[in-house]
Amino acid sequence: MKKIAWLAPAGFIALLVIAWHVAAGRQEVAIIPKPWEVFLGIVELAERGLLTRYVVASLFRVTWGYLLAAALAIPLGLFLGLRRRAEMAANPVIQILRPISPLAWIPIAILWFGVGDLSAVFLIFLASFLPLTVSAINAVRNIPAIYVQAGTNFGLSQRQLVWRVLFPAVMPQLIVGLRLALGIAWLVVVAAEMIAVNSGLGFLIIDSRNAGNRYDLVVAGMVMIGVIGLLLDTGMRSLEKMRSLRWGYGTD
Amino acid sequence: MAHMVSTMTERAAKTKAKVSLDGVSMVFRRDGNAVEVLDRISLEVRDGEFVCILGPSGCGKSTLLNIVAGFLPATAGQVVIGGETVRGPDPRRIFVFQERGVFPWLTVEGNIGFGLFRLSKEEQASRIAYYVKLVGLEGFERSYPHELSGGMKQRLEVARALAVNPDMLFLDEPFGALDSITRLGMRRELLRLWELERKTILFVTHDIEEAVQLADRVVVMSTRPARIQRIVEIDIPHPRDISAPRYLELRDGIFEEIGLAHKI
Repeated sequence: MKKIAWLAPAGFIALLVIAWHVAAGRQEVAIIPKPWEVFLGIVELAERGLLTRYVVASLFRVTWGYLLAAALAIPLGLFLGLRRRAEMAANPVIQILRPISPLAWIPIAILWFGVGDLSAVFLIFLASFLPLTVSAINAVRNIPAIYVQAGTNFGLSQRQLVWRVLFPAVMPQLIVGLRLALGIAWLVVVAAEMIAVNSGLGFLIIDSRNAGNRYDLVVAGMVMIGVIGLLLDTGMRSLEKMRSLRWGYGTD
Repeated sequence: MAHMVSTMTERAAKTKAKVSLDGVSMVFRRDGNAVEVLDRISLEVRDGEFVCILGPSGCGKSTLLNIVAGFLPATAGQVVIGGETVRGPDPRRIFVFQERGVFPWLTVEGNIGFGLFRLSKEEQASRIAYYVKLVGLEGFERSYPHELSGGMKQRLEVARALAVNPDMLFLDEPFGALDSITRLGMRRELLRLWELERKTILFVTHDIEEAVQLADRVVVMSTRPARIQRIVEIDIPHPRDISAPRYLELRDGIFEEIGLAHKI
């Protein structure tokens, strides 16, 4: 069973790569590189030591922006989920800020933090902060009242109730929120790097085009972004398979 | 048998009222309308007694249980347990919920040990082991609730409640979600635990058979606003023969009390 589960997606990817190869070969002017050329591009980047450097640079920015957002958004969201009045006060602001793309903040980020890592980290932070806050609020809302009642019945203090009932009860939904927010963060880091910094996968794409139309490297950057995105998502998904969390994801 | 009955009544007579409800009324306000749910309920329950509160669905019997447990404040009247007025939930009295009351993020052991945080680690471990065995969940200590059957989950919840050694248990239609075969087994199980530990039990149900099989006394409630319509003493010792004339007589009496002929 396990082999088949891998076989189907692998086969589909192989099919797409072949289609890409054929289509690229039929171009009148060879602009879009063939899969093989992209592969050589990745090898070239690896040999020049740029591949690891750029991947690490991008992951570094995502990690800091994302962790900072999680550290602030989760307590805030839990608090707002518990206090209806506070949530009512905060909600309009959240809904106003939400539709503003993190990329719209780029000029202000540069103004505040200059051109560099800090700006990018700030943009990642912004991108993950609101979605995380909202999912934490909803996670608290969806806790069945009987868990809290049972907790109080056994004589838990407010503090114990938070640690022993509230946190574990919101965990499954919170992890879904964390996974979605990580996806957004990864989406935004690449965009932020196209403008604000001089390393990272986003920078690689823009730089390869500007410095001599190296479309093989442009696509190499895109492929790397996709593969790392997949790995991040798979990592977060594996959390959902933990035995103490599986109850939160429907029947299995 | 006669001897057993007499010792039971003697014991009941000696112990004074454990729980007393005095004119408990409840009015819910929804969208400007006042809905009267409970109308001056007065009731005394003796220490160690098993009382079933029986009534049609939606009559307010769950509300009554929530008030006695301290989860809801009554609009009027008061509840006194062991000489103290009830002002909130208390670990000496544990509520067993209709279903899904166990914590899904904890294992069987974790659930049973949930209320034992004031005890030493050794004491916790020995109590957990004892109650795992008592409710027949050996071999499932490390299982999570979603890996258990409905009946096992319900036994787990009862074990979690008993583990903190409460004086009282409140059960709100605890077997309502189970199939009828499992339900019968669970009733026998509950009676075994009750005879072993002699907790005072308030048990809410809409199932007449269930009430007559389990209770020392059955409190029959009217439809909304709920009043106590009648209190029926079930003077049959356990284990009860559910085809004995006395059982059928009591059961049919309640059927008539509720206004149902027992022919379909």
